[in-house]
Amino acid sequence: MFAYYLDLALHSLRRNKVLTTLMVLALALGIGATITTLTVLKLLSGDPLPQKSTQLFYPQLDPYPKDQPFSRSGKKLPWLMSYVDAMNLLHARKAERQAVMAMSEVKVTPQAQDGKPFYAHGVMTTADFFPMFDAPFQYGAGWASADDESREQVVVIAGFLNDKLFGGANSVGRTIHIDDRDFRIIGVLRPWAPQPRFYALHLSGRNYGMGDAVFMPLLSARADGMTPSTVMSYGPGSDMQHLETAPSIWLGLWVQLSSTDEASAYKLFLGNYAQQQVALGRFQLSRVALSDLMSWLHNEQVVPDDVRLQAGLAFGFLLICVVNTVGLLLAKCLRRSREIGVRRALGASRGAIFAQFMVEAGIVGVAGGVLGLGFAELGLWGIRHQPAQYASLAHLDLSMFLFTFVVALVSSLIAGLLPAWRACVVAPAPQLKAA
Amino acid sequence: MEIRPILASLRKHRIPAVLIVLEIALACAVLCNAVFMIGQRMADIHWSNAIDEQGISVVTVNGADPKLAASEIPRNLAALRGIAGVTAAAAATSMPLDQNPALSPFVTKPYATTTVNSSVYFIGGDGEKAMGLRLLQGRWFNADEYAGSGFKNFGSTGHVALVTQSDANRLWPGQSALGKTLYTDATGWTVVGVVADVLAEDPKLSGPGGMYSSVFFPLQPDGVMGDYMLRSVPQDRERVVREAVQVLGKLQPGAVVEGTTYAGMRSDYFADANSMVWMLVLVCVVMLAVTAFGIVGLTSFWVQQRRRQIGIRRAVGATRGHILSYFRTENFLLSTAGVLTGMALAFGINLYLMTHYEMSRMPWYYLPGSAIALWLLGQLAVLGPALRAAAVPPVVATRSV
Repeated sequence: MFAYYLDLALHSLRRNKVLTTLMVLALALGIGATITTLTVLKLLSGDPLPQKSTQLFYPQLDPYPKDQPFSRSGKKLPWLMSYVDAMNLLHARKAERQAVMAMSEVKVTPQAQDGKPFYAHGVMTTADFFPMFDAPFQYGAGWASADDESREQVVVIAGFLNDKLFGGANSVGRTIHIDDRDFRIIGVLRPWAPQPRFYALHLSGRNYGMGDAVFMPLLSARADGMTPSTVMSYGPGSDMQHLETAPSIWLGLWVQLSSTDEASAYKLFLGNYAQQQVALGRFQLSRVALSDLMSWLHNEQVVPDDVRLQAGLAFGFLLICVVNTVGLLLAKCLRRSREIGVRRALGASRGAIFAQFMVEAGIVGVAGGVLGLGFAELGLWGIRHQPAQYASLAHLDLSMFLFTFVVALVSSLIAGLLPAWRACVVAPAPQLKAA
Repeated sequence: MEIRPILASLRKHRIPAVLIVLEIALACAVLCNAVFMIGQRMADIHWSNAIDEQGISVVTVNGADPKLAASEIPRNLAALRGIAGVTAAAAATSMPLDQNPALSPFVTKPYATTTVNSSVYFIGGDGEKAMGLRLLQGRWFNADEYAGSGFKNFGSTGHVALVTQSDANRLWPGQSALGKTLYTDATGWTVVGVVADVLAEDPKLSGPGGMYSSVFFPLQPDGVMGDYMLRSVPQDRERVVREAVQVLGKLQPGAVVEGTTYAGMRSDYFADANSMVWMLVLVCVVMLAVTAFGIVGLTSFWVQQRRRQIGIRRAVGATRGHILSYFRTENFLLSTAGVLTGMALAFGINLYLMTHYEMSRMPWYYLPGSAIALWLLGQLAVLGPALRAAAVPPVVATRSV
């Protein structure tokens, strides 16, 4: 029966090519726009570390003393931590793993004779960074906590930097010149770029895009005069050389807590720490927060407004296209009232007529989906040529590929409901009489 | 034109009529908001900026040894002034729209607080000339002030500052800003001049209050100065950038030297807004086309269905003009219902966007504007089918199809 409906539907669609083309084209444009924007939205609001994200937490404190204006700046807690607090929490080792971090732009000078120096994205952090974030190593390994304290001049570099400087060879043990100082390479990462770059949120302006190039122990990098990309000061006497003692926040702390029990225990510890600081007269308020990775990204609205607006706009557009398809399908089906009358008179049930018109709508949907996929690829190609940070990531994955057809079929079937219903309630007698 | 028969006919074709109204309403709602967003973005892109945007080129030098800055910067500037066509050159810490904000709150009394974060610019000798600042009141920094001011704790060790017109009005409303003292915590600087409004380093970050809140300080050659500003006539700027990058590349082999025209820097800053505008324009055009084709399709069907009635009307004396105006009036009625619903919907969407996004209230004139656009679109779309209807010969009435 389905094959017969298919045949009937194709026959009917062929009979009025202009109308069919219009329907398919409109639906395809709507689907193309929706899939393009949804792909970007899904990419930007995705989970950067799916296997680990539920165990990663971002603690926040309110480090401002009584006489500083920032503590009055609203309900939101400061994004970052001062050096003193970050180090206290790090050394307390109350979580399974913990690492503090700051981003820095660093100058890398290739060893080659005429190698031109260039800037690369650097991370100043502590030992647990790599195991906590599951950063995969190609060669070597990260450093140990002891190396943090002894200010070892060691560095972990990204695979793409290793390719650029050492042609992809095992460079562990070799030297790299960063900010005019020598660092010993102890590890090379495989390609690793969580999207969004959750660990750098509020520490640098880049939330998406390429991974970082060099990872250095915080204390040695600071001893060498490297400076964080973001520093917020809440009192006089701050400068880049003495950030460790300055009234400035410039570090992010991440902790790994495997269970909800551990998380609530850590939250308790954090609250106690803040109260202790209030008692010592360092803090004014003892409020704290502990957000898991996905809520942290959500609360800080890491996805740009424009991307969400575009997705909304595309949905509106798809809705217009669906209404348009309803109208055109209806026009087509009412024009065939006589044909329907004949079929009904010859014994076709209402259900059969309904099914026939739904099949016709479905074919429009599938055609719209195929063409829409083409439009989506075109749209994503356009986005890849935009200046946005996430541009290079805009690709259609398998799930979005399948989703395209789901959207196409669902929207065309919804569009087909009303015309099919109108068709199946056509009374056969008057139609036959008119003929 | 009698509209009663039209209404009666529409009542008989309720579903197609509702579909046309719905399509026009949705198109109107989306169009209003999209055009409003385009308008906002275009206004952003055209923010005024009282520096010589067309004549400035900027070369940044990063990673030079800050200890050598005192000798290297004057040497570099001398070399840059030697480039043909360069009329002024100076070093600075940052540029408007360079997306590298250095913000600080400034107030009129010690330890007072403010919610406005001002962009801080440190400029070296001749900075006002190289940047093309426009002095409205007071004077520029003198040579002694340039030579005697340093940089410490993110602030100036000097005693003077220049403020923008906006800041002068905001901080000392109704008074002259000249001679007043500008404070951060307990440190104060005397305002010696007021310049025309210069944009912040990152106006979107600074917000509406801080957009034109820019404070200038003099600075002796110092390692924090990474920008070299060069001024030339606009025709020369591309060549000036190329030559300046070469000159500084040779003088500072250990540093990373990059150059751009200021016009390029400005378009970089607005690149996202620009691509959003194009995307919105594209969606609007395609959406209007889809809507128009939908109207054409449904009306054509309608015309075909009523060929006999049209023939009868023609046979009993209606002119082609009558038939034409019948379909046009019908479309006008449907469009009116559509745009009225659409305007309400557009207003609702705007309210929703205001609560969930950084969006301001849509000025009222966007609503009638989109309504007129959709009326015109409807009339244009209906023209083809209506002409075909008018061409139906009266003889059709006598045939039984």
